[in-house]
Amino acid sequence: MIEIDDVWKSFDDGKIAVLKSVSLQVKSGELLALCGTSGCGKSTLLSLIAGLEDCDRGEVRIDGRVWQSEREKVALLRREVGFVFQLHHLMPDLTLEENCLVPVIAVGGSMSAAKIRMRALADMTGVGHRLDRSVRELSGGERQRGALVRALMNDPRILLADEPTGALDEENREIVFQLLLDLVRTGGKTLVMATHDKEMAQRCDRVLQMRDGRIVS
Amino acid sequence: MHLLRMILTNLRRHRVRTLIGATEIALGVATMLSVVGLLGGAVKMFERILRSDAEMVVFEKNVSDLFFSNIQVEIADELARQDFVKSVQPVLFAIVATPDRPVVTCFGIRAEDGRLQKGEWLQGAVENFQSDRDGIVLGERAADFLKVKLGESVELGQQSYPVVGVVRMENGFENGGVFMPLKACQDAFHKEGVASILAVALTPNHEPGEVKRWVADRYPKLTALENDEFSKSYSQFKILKTTAWVVGGCAFLLGGLSVTNTMILSVFSRIKELAVTRVCGFSRSQVVGMIFGESLIVSLIGVLLGWGLSTGGLWLLREVPALQGYIEPRVGWQEVLGATLLAALTALFGAIYPAWYAARLKPASALRFE
Repeated sequence: MIEIDDVWKSFDDGKIAVLKSVSLQVKSGELLALCGTSGCGKSTLLSLIAGLEDCDRGEVRIDGRVWQSEREKVALLRREVGFVFQLHHLMPDLTLEENCLVPVIAVGGSMSAAKIRMRALADMTGVGHRLDRSVRELSGGERQRGALVRALMNDPRILLADEPTGALDEENREIVFQLLLDLVRTGGKTLVMATHDKEMAQRCDRVLQMRDGRIVS
Repeated sequence: MHLLRMILTNLRRHRVRTLIGATEIALGVATMLSVVGLLGGAVKMFERILRSDAEMVVFEKNVSDLFFSNIQVEIADELARQDFVKSVQPVLFAIVATPDRPVVTCFGIRAEDGRLQKGEWLQGAVENFQSDRDGIVLGERAADFLKVKLGESVELGQQSYPVVGVVRMENGFENGGVFMPLKACQDAFHKEGVASILAVALTPNHEPGEVKRWVADRYPKLTALENDEFSKSYSQFKILKTTAWVVGGCAFLLGGLSVTNTMILSVFSRIKELAVTRVCGFSRSQVVGMIFGESLIVSLIGVLLGWGLSTGGLWLLREVPALQGYIEPRVGWQEVLGATLLAALTALFGAIYPAWYAARLKPASALRFE
């Protein structure tokens, strides 16, 4: 379970307040959509959950635990949380396979086991035949599907997705989003997704609306 | 092992940057090995001139250069009579200028000095060189640049000397030098009755300490050193060796700055990538290890390239006809190890700032970086 308790976050020495007293809970296995206009604080909230940013006030707990130290945050990102961005953020000169193995290198896990998992995930997302290709050779949809595979490589229990289909055309948007839902549901994972797309948000278990750094509904 | 794979992948995908970084280190390594090798070779050649068949050198204490050392030749004869001494050869070093050459080294030696017998006689014969005459023997290169041959005369200083032989010496200094009878050399350079050094060969089963004690007791203004001791303590050798390492060190300093520059560029050009690696679970220490690893591997490639460059360059220099015999580079494992360690240190120092910068990156901010 993810618990966010009275979290405040600002940038530029407090001049830009991004999150104002945000509290919410996400149950294990729940699919939560965060909706709202650009700059309302959705991405910052995801960063706080992933430990990429620190709160000014309040607490983020995952399974009842505050992941505070550097070591804990690294452990959180290695084992508990996978992140999918609006832009794929794959390394352009590497092959898709090499990109997918980056989280495994971080953990120092077995490469042979990782490759089996990668192959399975890549086949499920339809990029199994493109693993040996450089990222430059892949289409936008393939890149985002590759990013999804990378995020799931270490089998995290929580998937954070920041506008995961925002940079895709309509056809690929539907494909990638459906894959995301399937993978999360079949894997019993928790999903917190920031999105503009109301139709996609409605397909999640719960939708929260954010405005001006607060959850409004 | 996995991190190494990542490091190698990073280097491979930025081949040009890797090559530039490695080339910068390679130039430092090549400069260092070449300068150290050339000067080391020159030192060894000069050592061989002093040694000839001797194990020890006697010279005046506290002189900065052997050209300024003066030892009475009678001491050589007195020392030669000791039972622990097999032979003593006095050698007078002098420098003379000719119209074409600002520096021609002259060796004043006795006829019985074995060094001329070791050369390949191209003109004349070793018997022509007599202690009590004025006839001189030229090294092959000296005969070449002085443009004289057997039977002709050559003007050195204030006097003209008949050439009684031309000899090809293995040692470049000797091959480009003039061998004069000791007495004639003393007269020519106003060093009557003196030599620069005494080359001492020991009788079998006798110790160098006996010569040292004999010299210290009777001639406290002189010093006797074994060849190796001399090589280590002679100030000119020290200056040459130090110069070589300083020049090489400066080359490395420049290489180090370039490596810093290359690594900074490398980090700045992939800020987002580094942020993604953090999001994928890389710890700060893994990111630091990756930057240092990349820098170290670049330096290792640089060492190999530099070693190859210096070996090739020195080989080419040795093959240049005008330098035949003068270039005898010596690059031993100590020099290669020294250059490798310096390259590694340079790489590590060069990577400190980029690694620190990369470790401080906040992934969330870095992903917004434009």
